[in-house]
Amino acid sequence: MKEFFLVIIVAMIFLVIFQISKASEYVSVLKGEEKSRKQNNKINGFLMVAFLVLGLIGVWYCNELYYGKTLFPQGSASVEGEQVDLMLYITIGVTGVIFVITQVLLFWFAFKYQEKEGQKAYFFPHNNKLELLWTTVPAIFLTVLVVFGLKNWFKFTNDAPKNSVLVEITGHQFAWDMRYPGKDGVLGKKSYKLYNQPLGNTLGVDFEDPESWDDLHTTVMHLPVDKPVKLVINAMDVIHDVGLSHFRMKMDAVPGIPTTMWFTPQYTTEEMKVRTGNPNFVYEISCDQMCGKGHFSMRGVIVVESEADYNKWLASQKPEYFTLHPEKNPGGNNQAVDSTQSAPIAIAVPKSN
Amino acid sequence: MSSTISLQESVLHTGHADEHHEHHHHETFISKYVFSQDHKMIARQFLITGIIWAIIGGLFSVIFRLQLGYPNQSFPWLEDFLGHWAKGGKLQPEFYYALVTMHGTILVFFVLTAGLSGTFANFLIPLQIGARDMASPMLNMLSYWFFFLASVIMMASLFVQTGPASGGWTVYPPLSALGEASSGSKIGMDLWLVSMAMFIVSSLLGGLNYITTILNMRTKGMTMTRLPLTIWALFFTAVLGVLSFPVLLSGAILLLFDRNLGTSFFLSDIVVAGKILPNEGGSAILFQHLFWFLGHPEVYIILLPAMGMSSEILSVNSRKPIFGYMAMVASLFAICVLAFLVWAHHMFVTGLNPFLGSIFVLLTLLIAVPSAIKVFNWLTTLWRGNIRFTPAMLFAIGFVSLFISGGLTGIFLGNSALDIHLHDTYFVIAHFHIVMGVASFFGMFAGVYHWFPKMFGRYLNNTMGYIHFWVTIIGSYLIFWPMHYEGLAGMPRRYYDFSNWESFKMFGGLNEFISLVAMIVFAVQLLFVINFFYSIWKGRRVTTENPWGANTLEWTTPIRPGHGNWKGEIPEVHRWAYDYGKDGKEFITQTTPVGADESKDH
Repeated sequence: MKEFFLVIIVAMIFLVIFQISKASEYVSVLKGEEKSRKQNNKINGFLMVAFLVLGLIGVWYCNELYYGKTLFPQGSASVEGEQVDLMLYITIGVTGVIFVITQVLLFWFAFKYQEKEGQKAYFFPHNNKLELLWTTVPAIFLTVLVVFGLKNWFKFTNDAPKNSVLVEITGHQFAWDMRYPGKDGVLGKKSYKLYNQPLGNTLGVDFEDPESWDDLHTTVMHLPVDKPVKLVINAMDVIHDVGLSHFRMKMDAVPGIPTTMWFTPQYTTEEMKVRTGNPNFVYEISCDQMCGKGHFSMRGVIVVESEADYNKWLASQKPEYFTLHPEKNPGGNNQAVDSTQSAPIAIAVPKSN
Repeated sequence: MSSTISLQESVLHTGHADEHHEHHHHETFISKYVFSQDHKMIARQFLITGIIWAIIGGLFSVIFRLQLGYPNQSFPWLEDFLGHWAKGGKLQPEFYYALVTMHGTILVFFVLTAGLSGTFANFLIPLQIGARDMASPMLNMLSYWFFFLASVIMMASLFVQTGPASGGWTVYPPLSALGEASSGSKIGMDLWLVSMAMFIVSSLLGGLNYITTILNMRTKGMTMTRLPLTIWALFFTAVLGVLSFPVLLSGAILLLFDRNLGTSFFLSDIVVAGKILPNEGGSAILFQHLFWFLGHPEVYIILLPAMGMSSEILSVNSRKPIFGYMAMVASLFAICVLAFLVWAHHMFVTGLNPFLGSIFVLLTLLIAVPSAIKVFNWLTTLWRGNIRFTPAMLFAIGFVSLFISGGLTGIFLGNSALDIHLHDTYFVIAHFHIVMGVASFFGMFAGVYHWFPKMFGRYLNNTMGYIHFWVTIIGSYLIFWPMHYEGLAGMPRRYYDFSNWESFKMFGGLNEFISLVAMIVFAVQLLFVINFFYSIWKGRRVTTENPWGANTLEWTTPIRPGHGNWKGEIPEVHRWAYDYGKDGKEFITQTTPVGADESKDH
C-alpha cells in the first residue's frame, strides 16, 4: 500500500512540474521570447555560481564525514603500503589543485560572461603560447607521478625477499584455502587432475611427492609480524582476486596461471584493534574479481601475530598428509610438535610453478 | 527502391541543382518510418531505441541500488514483478549480478554507443558536411536493423529461465564460459554473445559508412579543416569502432566455441562444482586482452561524440569561436591513437608482466595531456564570451565539469602502483561513471536539446530542461563523489551485501543515501523522456531556419528537411564553422563568402 501511494505521489509531482513547465512556456510566448530568454539566462547564470560555491562546500563536508572511514587514519598495515598512501596523498594534492582551479574557472566564467546587453564576445580563435603552456605543464606533472609510481610498481612486483614466509592461497567458489610448506620450506607438487572431493584432497595435492608430506592445509591465514610474506596465488574454478585492502595489495587468482604477491605486515591483529579503535577488527581477504553468485561472501581471514605465537600456531597444525592418511602417521602428533623447533621457513620456488 | 536509386544518382551525378528533389518520392508508411533509408529517420530510430534501452538500463540500477541501500529490507512488490528472482521481496544474489551485468551492457553498448553515435553520426554527418545522405543509405538502414536484432536477442535473454548473463559486462571467462559456475552462464550467456555479435555487425556497417561519407561526400569548399568539431569527433569515433570492434567479435566467437564446441581457448586447469574439466592449455587472460583491446577504445567511442558535440555547443552559445580548433582536432587524434595502446591498464593485477605494465602506465598517463588541452580550450572558449544558457549549453558546461572530475581520478587508476590498491573498488565505479557514464550522457543530452529543433521541427520545453539539468548534475555528484571515499576504504565492486564484512560495513548509511538520490535522478530522467515525446508532437514550433544563430550547414536546410536535406543546390562552404563575434558580426555562417574587408584571422 505504501508503495502504491508513493507511485501516486510521484505521478502527481510529475504532473505538477509538467503543467508548470507548459504554463511557463505560454507565459514566455506572451511576454516575448527574447525577454523571457534573458530572464532564464540570469537565473541560470546565478545558479552556476551558486552550484560552484555549494559544491565546493559539499566537497569539504563530504571529506569531513568520510575521511575517518577511509584507510588513511589507521595507516597502512604493510611496510610497502606506506608508499601507496604517500603516492595517494601526492596525487590527491596535485589533482585536487587542478580540480579546484578548473572547476572555479568553469563556473566563474559561465557566471561572469553570461549574456549581457551590449556585451560583445571576444574573437579569440587560438593562441599558440597558451596552448603550449597547457600541453607542457600537465606533461611535467605527469612525468613526476609516473616516475614515482613506476619506482613503487617495480618494487611491489619484484621478487619477494629471500627470507619471506611462503604461503599458498587458492580461491574457489566461494572460499579461500591456504597451504603452508612445512619445515622443508617446499610446497609439494599439485595438479588439478588429482582433485578428489571424497578423499578430502580438495586442492589436488600430489601425495606421491614426499615434499607434500609436511604441508599444512588451513582455512585461516596466520602470518608473523615484521617479516616479508610471499603469497603464491591459485584458483580452482574461475578467476578470483586476493584483495588485501589493509595491506594495500591485490592480485588476481587465475586458474592455470599461478601468480605471486609479497608484502611485510607491520602490525599484529591485536595492534590494529587499538589503531582502528575497533575491538572486532580482523584482517579480511576480500575477493575483488567477480566470481559468481557468492562473490560478495568470499571472505578470508588473516591473523597477524608475533613470531612466537605464529610458530606456536604452526606447531599445533597437523600436516594434511596425516589428516588424510592417518595410517601413515608414525608418531601421532609428535611429528607436528617438532616443527616448533624448526627454523623459520625459508623461501623456495613452489613446485606448482 | 527505385526512389532510392534515383536519389543516389542525383547525389552522384548532379550533387547540386536537382530541383525534382521536392516531389519525387512516393513514400509509404513502411518506407518512411520503418525501413527508411533517410539518415535523419535512421538517427531518430537509433535515438528512440536508445531511450527505451536507457530507461531499462537505468531502472535496473534503481532495482539493484534498492538492495545496496536497504540490504535488510524486503520489498514484496519486487516479487510481484520479478517472481522467483526476488523471493520474499528480496533480490536473489544471482539476479542482483544479472542486473549489474545487464545495466553495464545496456548502457555501454546499447545506449552510449548505438544510442549516442548511432543517433548523432547519422543525423549530423550528412547535414553538417553538406551531403544529401550517407554514402550507402542501404547499409545505414541495415546498421539500424542489425542493432534492432541485437536488441531483440538481448531483450529475450532477460526472460530465459536461468536468467541473463551475470558475470559482469566484461564477461571474463572461465566464469562466463562455464554454466556450472553460474546460472547466468547458461543460455543467457549464449544469447549475450550472439546479441553482441549482431551489435558489432551493426556498429561496423555504421562506422564504415560514417568514414566513407565524411571522406568522400563533403560539399564544395568543405575541406577537412573546415569541418565542425562534431564531425571530427564522430570521424575518430567511427575509426576507433571499425578497428577495435572486430577484436571483440573474435573474442566473442572464441568464447562461444569454448562454451559449445569443447575448445580450450580460455580454459585450463579447472575444477568446477566438483568436476574436473578436460580443458587444457588455454589462457583466461587472453580473453581479457581481446576484450579490453575493444573495451578501452570503447570508452572513447562513448566519450568522443560527447566531446565533439559539447565543443560545438559551447562555441555556438558562447558566441565565440572554439578556442584552438587545430589543437582540438590534434588532441582528438592523439586520444584516438592512444586509445589503442592502453588496454592493459585494466589488467595491472592479473599477473601481467611488470615491464609491460610500466609501458602501459606511461601510455595511459599520456592521455592526460590531450585531455588537459581540451579542458583548457573549453575554458578559454567560455572566457570573455557572451553566454546563452540554453538547456543544451548547460549540459555542455556540465559535461566539462564532469569530464574534469572523472578525468582526474583516471590519473590515480592509470598509475599501476596505486591501481593495485584501488582496482575493482568503488573508486573505479566513481571514476568511470563520472567520466564515461554521466559525462557522455551530458554530451548526449546537450546534443538532443540542441538538435531537437532540427530533428522534429519543434523545441523541447525549456523549464523541464532546466529542472532536468540541475537535478541531474547535483544528483550525479551526490551519487558518485562519496563513492571515492568508499573506494579509498577498499570497498569492493559488485558486492551484493557488505554487512558481513568488518572492513566495509560502516558505509550502510551512505549507501542508503546514494540509493535515494539515484532514484530521484532516475525519476528526473523520466521527466526528460516525457518532455521528449510530448514535444515531438506538441512542442513549441520552430519558426526560423537558424534558431541558435549557428554557423554550421544543418541550419541552412528547411525547418523540416525532406529526404535529400536541401531544396535545390547543396550550399557551398567558404569558411570554417566558428566565425562567431568576428569583425563585430555576431555570427557568419559557413556559406557566407569571405568579404574583401574581412580580417585575415582564419
